[in-house]
Amino acid sequence: MNLRDFKKIIYGERELSELMVSARKETLKHFGRTIQLYAPLYISNECVNSCVYCGFNRCSGIKRSTLTIEQIIGEAKHLLSEGFQHLLLLTGEDQVKVPVGYIREAAVELKKMFTSLSIEIYPLTEEGYKTLVDAGVDGLTIYQETYHRPTYQAVHPDGPKRDYGWRFASPARGARAGIRKVGLGFLLGLYDWRFEAVQLAEHLQSLLKNYWQTQFQVSFPRINPAETAYQVKHPVGDDDFLRLVCALRLLFPEIGFALSTRERAAFRDRIFQFGITQMSAGSKTSPGGYALAQKSGKQFEIADARTPREVSRALRRSGYEPVWKDWERELG
Amino acid sequence: MKDFLAIAKKKFNSRLLLGTGKFSSPKVMKKAIEASEAEIVTVALRRVDLNDPGDHILGFINPKKYLILPNTSGARTADEAVRLARLARSFGLPAWVKLEVTPDPRFLLPDPIETLKAAEILVKEGFTVLPYINADPVLAKRLEGVGCATVMPLGSPIGSAQGIKTKENIAIIIEQANIPVVVDAGLGSPAHAAEALEMGADAVLVNTAIAAADDPIAMAEAFKLGVMAGRKAYLAGIIAGSQIARASSPLHL
Repeated sequence: MNLRDFKKIIYGERELSELMVSARKETLKHFGRTIQLYAPLYISNECVNSCVYCGFNRCSGIKRSTLTIEQIIGEAKHLLSEGFQHLLLLTGEDQVKVPVGYIREAAVELKKMFTSLSIEIYPLTEEGYKTLVDAGVDGLTIYQETYHRPTYQAVHPDGPKRDYGWRFASPARGARAGIRKVGLGFLLGLYDWRFEAVQLAEHLQSLLKNYWQTQFQVSFPRINPAETAYQVKHPVGDDDFLRLVCALRLLFPEIGFALSTRERAAFRDRIFQFGITQMSAGSKTSPGGYALAQKSGKQFEIADARTPREVSRALRRSGYEPVWKDWERELG
Repeated sequence: MKDFLAIAKKKFNSRLLLGTGKFSSPKVMKKAIEASEAEIVTVALRRVDLNDPGDHILGFINPKKYLILPNTSGARTADEAVRLARLARSFGLPAWVKLEVTPDPRFLLPDPIETLKAAEILVKEGFTVLPYINADPVLAKRLEGVGCATVMPLGSPIGSAQGIKTKENIAIIIEQANIPVVVDAGLGSPAHAAEALEMGADAVLVNTAIAAADDPIAMAEAFKLGVMAGRKAYLAGIIAGSQIARASSPLHL
């Protein structure tokens, strides 16, 4: 499939049911009947940005906290005991209260405990990313949020995040710094998903050409209109969501796709076979939300509240093997 | 005389090697391995937890019954592959390694330079090395030269089920090899496996075509039969093709 065919599918050509059959086949061929599981670990919700859709928005008045290294280890132990080997470390954006040195320190400790460690933090310079690679980070997730510049400016009224180009070039800087796995995505609901899908595909194609040794991934974070004060301007329905996943699967058969607990349990169970290769489970989106049971502000509400064991059982019932470990420290 | 596959002085009845990825559960994997009658199964080190005796892959493969062949899937450089192989050996796995160095995570094509480098180091350290390579006859001879136990040229990219797209080069590799040639990757159906054996390949390695089939256990058996048919045909001597018809019952007029 090429970009032209992809556009046709995105804009409605071919029945969804027909796409689902092809997408399922491609996913099966490349990934088998397996789903890799990972857990997010928020270590801070401090933020100087004012993204209008986000719970960490600096104007939101939530309870702020940044975990100490000891607290991070405590949270991590809890996730380890649940079986996780792949961890995603997250922060808001505050380079003063949450400097790279602190993230590095956390990464060093976490890499001792987990096989694979990814980050979803504010954009860094190539040097900054290198520092974290040396500390053991092997994955980076950074969403563009929206590829539509006027919308980007509107939903990021101030703060360093206003710089569209700096964010857009972050995956490339991460790849150049030697991060093995780099995840992209846009926030579903900010602008017309069809436009976003085509931009994302072009972004990914260019990254694949230039950083051929990097393992790219795509995520599908959808704003849940019921659980945010933000008025979703371009809601993405379940069928459109599924069309997006299937179309991207057909254009990029070998790329891993992640699906988070932003989505409802029933929806996740229904659609994962059509392209998803990794899922989070039992997620908490506030710092100290696991073992510490802190009541700090959340980034967003989760819609799938099942425990990791329950998600794992549901996968097995569907004939899929939950994969807790798919990496090795020796690989970086 | 019994027909054995001999790799590094070890004899095997089966010419089908199995991969253990992509299965829907350890139970299905175990049953598929049994149905295939394979004796060598390869395991991705990045997928297993060497610290866990009940690991979801290693815990289901009896090391007395099968030769567990650790593979270095995920390694981008010789250095990473060597470290993975050493790690496996330090945990008591056999000092055998299916050497995979694939710097490109998308098509998973092997890096010839890094593979040769890693093979040299690992052979010197006493490993039995089975390198995964593109179907490059010169590279195959170079790897044989540094002491590899087999060469494992790809039929087509891993998991692509396209069959043997590198046929002419694999034929040259077979023609020149003094070590077993195992066609690895891209075999989508038992017919592809039979084709490899008919060409004179010593064995094949299959994973996706079995693991991702609707009925992996039945497909494992089908591959076993395909491999046996191909081998038997090769030994029986396949007649040359011809452009013109040759009557099955010649008329003696």
